[in-house]
Amino acid sequence: MTAFEVNGRKVDLEVDPRESLLAVLQDRLHLYGTKKGCDHGQCGACTVHLDGRRVVSCLTLASQVEGREVRTIEGVAGEDGTLHPLQRAFIDNDAMQCGYCTPGQIMSGLACIAEGHTGDDDEIREYMSGNLCRCGAYVGIVAAIRQVAGPAEA
Amino acid sequence: MDFLRPATWAEALAAKAADPTAVPIQGGTDVMVEINFDVRRPPALLDLTAIGELGDWELTADGLLRVGAGVPYARIITELGDRLPGLAQASRTVGSPQIRNRGTVGGNLGAASPAGDAHPPLLACDAVIEAESAARGTRMIPATGFYLGVKRNALEPDELIRAVHLRPATGPQYFSKVGTRNAMVIAVCSFALALHPGERRLGAAVGSAAPTPLRARAAEEFAAREFDWSGATALDPALLARFGELAAEAASPIDDVRGTAAYRRHAIAVLARRTLTWAWNDYRGKAAA
Repeated sequence: MTAFEVNGRKVDLEVDPRESLLAVLQDRLHLYGTKKGCDHGQCGACTVHLDGRRVVSCLTLASQVEGREVRTIEGVAGEDGTLHPLQRAFIDNDAMQCGYCTPGQIMSGLACIAEGHTGDDDEIREYMSGNLCRCGAYVGIVAAIRQVAGPAEA
Repeated sequence: MDFLRPATWAEALAAKAADPTAVPIQGGTDVMVEINFDVRRPPALLDLTAIGELGDWELTADGLLRVGAGVPYARIITELGDRLPGLAQASRTVGSPQIRNRGTVGGNLGAASPAGDAHPPLLACDAVIEAESAARGTRMIPATGFYLGVKRNALEPDELIRAVHLRPATGPQYFSKVGTRNAMVIAVCSFALALHPGERRLGAAVGSAAPTPLRARAAEEFAAREFDWSGATALDPALLARFGELAAEAASPIDDVRGTAAYRRHAIAVLARRTLTWAWNDYRGKAAA
């Protein structure tokens, strides 16, 4: 059995040794917010936080998260449904079209802000480079992160 | 497929001895790609992430940094970037921020891909790999003798990588890489440079342009012989050009999906000149100060 926490909830599952964290989140825990884009780390759509650090859940073996804390997009808004400021900023800045990459972008964006990689817009772009958006909403994504991170450093 | 999760290093060595086909896994950023696409179905995975000491680094009594095989790239950048600038720069080009939170130098060494980003800086600064087996104990393998072929390294089937030993930088170090995106780029080719002014020489290494990462020996010997190591003078453009040529000659690239052999040779010369210019300017600045 593999025991870990997802969005503050304890789970304890029998997982196959080959199963990725992404597969477990979707197929076993029915948390469909985390998306599968490429399944080999290229696109970032499956980004979640593991013990507070962003990782791609497709390349994280479920068996390896024993005893650790996972946070997915479902754990970002308040319990009453109040959007997180970054979720609100994505809406304000039209930071999506189809929305498929958005959960990964938001999880990556939260980490980008927490890591302090928002000194200027180029730094945001570099540290968001692990997340692809095939609709090309990058301008809005950078603006949304900027809105939450505060003004660029001079 | 079995999943082995030893809690201690001794248990890990025992497990590897009992089943040498078990594939060690740290962050999983390499191994998992093959599993997800069913390219590889190892009989067993040997998860090393429960062994805390692999995630530690320390300064040894002989002044070397001993970096545990499980230290992720993100921590090499933040915690060791000042002392290992070449490796930190290479780390910053690995995968994406998400990958750098999971991927490790130990994993790069285990996979021994000719395109692995950590290899050129390890070669350029004379890194030594600490391997261990339950039967024969610790073995120190210089990076120059570690890479044997495409995805083949000098490890015995029962050995695991414990750590990498590197001397903190004694001079400027640079890494440069050609790729098509700011993330998730497997190097088209790469180049690392480490100046060792106290020894009046430099280390230079080429990545992703031969069956293994390798030292550019002729370029290194040329630099030791011809450069003004007092740091008083700028590099003559002819010296710079020759250094680039010799670096490119060290490579034996192939045409593949990421680039042609001719392009790689050309690009290696450019990267060699570029990193040398950066490093030499830093060195002259320090020498003058």
